[in-house]
Amino acid sequence: MTGADAPRLLVLAWGNPSRGDDALGPAFADAVEKLALEHVTVEADFQLSPEHAHLVARHRYVLFVDAASAGAEPFTLSRVLPGGRWSFSSHTCGPDAVLALSETLFNARPEAAMLAIRGHEFQGLGEPLSAAARRNLASAFEFLRPLLRPECFGGIMVRANGMCPTQGD
Amino acid sequence: MAEKKQKHIVIEPVTRVEGHGKVSLLLDERNRVKQARLHVVEFRGFERFIQGRPFWEVPVLVQRLCGICPVSHHLAAAKAMDRIVGGEMLTPTAEKMRRLMHYGQMFQSHALHFFHLVSPDLLFGFDADPVERNVIGVARKFPALAVQGVMMRKYGQEVILRTAGKKIHGTGAIPGGINKNLSIAERDELLKDLEQMKTWAAAALTLCRDYTVEHLAELAPFGTFDSNHLGLVRKDGALDLYDGLLRAVDHAGTRILDDADNQDYARHIAEEVRPWSYMKFPFLRSLGPENGWYRVGPLARLNVCDFIDTPQAEAARKEFAAAAGKPCNLTMAYHWARMVELVHSIEKIDALLHDPDLQGLDLVNRTQRREEGVGIIEAPRGTLFHHYRVNRNDEVVMANLIVSTTNNNEPMNRAVQKVAADCFDGKKITEGLLNRIEVAIRAYDPCLSCATHAVGSMALTVETIGPSGDVRESVSR
Repeated sequence: MTGADAPRLLVLAWGNPSRGDDALGPAFADAVEKLALEHVTVEADFQLSPEHAHLVARHRYVLFVDAASAGAEPFTLSRVLPGGRWSFSSHTCGPDAVLALSETLFNARPEAAMLAIRGHEFQGLGEPLSAAARRNLASAFEFLRPLLRPECFGGIMVRANGMCPTQGD
Repeated sequence: MAEKKQKHIVIEPVTRVEGHGKVSLLLDERNRVKQARLHVVEFRGFERFIQGRPFWEVPVLVQRLCGICPVSHHLAAAKAMDRIVGGEMLTPTAEKMRRLMHYGQMFQSHALHFFHLVSPDLLFGFDADPVERNVIGVARKFPALAVQGVMMRKYGQEVILRTAGKKIHGTGAIPGGINKNLSIAERDELLKDLEQMKTWAAAALTLCRDYTVEHLAELAPFGTFDSNHLGLVRKDGALDLYDGLLRAVDHAGTRILDDADNQDYARHIAEEVRPWSYMKFPFLRSLGPENGWYRVGPLARLNVCDFIDTPQAEAARKEFAAAAGKPCNLTMAYHWARMVELVHSIEKIDALLHDPDLQGLDLVNRTQRREEGVGIIEAPRGTLFHHYRVNRNDEVVMANLIVSTTNNNEPMNRAVQKVAADCFDGKKITEGLLNRIEVAIRAYDPCLSCATHAVGSMALTVETIGPSGDVRESVSR
């Protein structure tokens, strides 16, 4: 499946690149970007915000990527549906809220999954990824890389069942 | 001794990693709110992070502190480093590019705050169910308004991208100038949506003004108290968000800091440490910590300036002053003031995009090397101070920052205390009280997000703790 009509996948990652394992999202995005894939859009930001709904709405598939401070090693992949989780202050929102905005405001409901890569050290400003986080990042990238083709985008969503794929799903 | 008899009620938003901001309501023996303590997480470890780094890296590095206002940190640090290289007299192209970047940041931040966080309170009411009282609720009931919010935020981000070079970790501002101008193609791209943005900004101002005027009797006492106000003004007294002199007025408008050189900020402003808070409490030295604390941000800026140099915002400022007073001490007037600045920002963007200096080629000015520099800017949330010392090897040896949310530390505590004292029934944390505490904090648009953001939501947890420290009630939202 190639050409202009092939579906597009948006890899939308967030996190602070200079706060230890919070950099997992941007690091994953960076690795995908280096592949220069024709049908994959890569976007990395400090945090997820409502205006990302506009970008999300222009893709058939979306892979949200963030660090996880709890949960299974080395990563989890789970489906995301439109919803609404809001902080009482600050300008951030969750991927479900971004999907809800995409659907409500732009009449677009892409299929979406959340890649949560397990991290361990989040406190140190200026600290690099921990060794464990680097291993988990490598596992996640190794798992997703062969699926970053238009004919496999739907397969990412099918596999996104909340289990850790490398532990057997 | 008295503190041992107080009961504590804790309201604690929790992220999975960091980012704890909590409200403790200290009650007296008759269950009245005696004191409110708002705990906001600041970034920590910055000094260690920055020490030993070459000074020219700092304007880029500091953006890693905060995902909400990286441009403000970028520009404040660049302004400080201008001093280090003797380049504070920027070329016209450099200053206008930086201003364009700054107004883009102000525009997107104010738009997002209003549409994302404030409009649900105004459109649905403070007591509406939080399940509905959010931007999704606005999107469902007022879709055109929600689209405007998203697209205005996006436009501001585009301005930042074109001026800073990148949307995150921009490199546009460098010590003594900038590293790029605005190409004709970039300018024309930004001009395409300009008129639409101006129209939407004016509509947001009208919405906020009408709401505030209509509900003034209800809003006037909400979280309100007398305070000093501090901000930057231009030499002629105009509102200036990028640079200026430090001016402060008291609650009645009397000048208490009279247009001080911003390089001398440390002579006028000090910070108090309190044992229960990570965040310091700034104050004017001349008045001391008890009486010298002040508010910053949109409300304070309208209170300290004499006028605004763009026509629509100036007309709006006059209307604001006539209706809300000057100085205005109403906490809930922050939103209206913020929308005045939203209009001012897009007017400034308009003027700058039509200025040929943005295509100039003279980008950097450097003269006499110095070892110390201060950069102060009006960030969306208020005055932001960056102060550095650099050794002869070009390494940073001292860094001191006072961020906007820190400047508003005491006022936010006062606002929460006022709301809690007015609304707490002495028994339970009600939904109504929770809602009102949220609304009071939101007025200041505090940045609680210098912490990391891993997967997870920021919940609102309420705990009631008795005099002996036992948790009596715990409620999560």
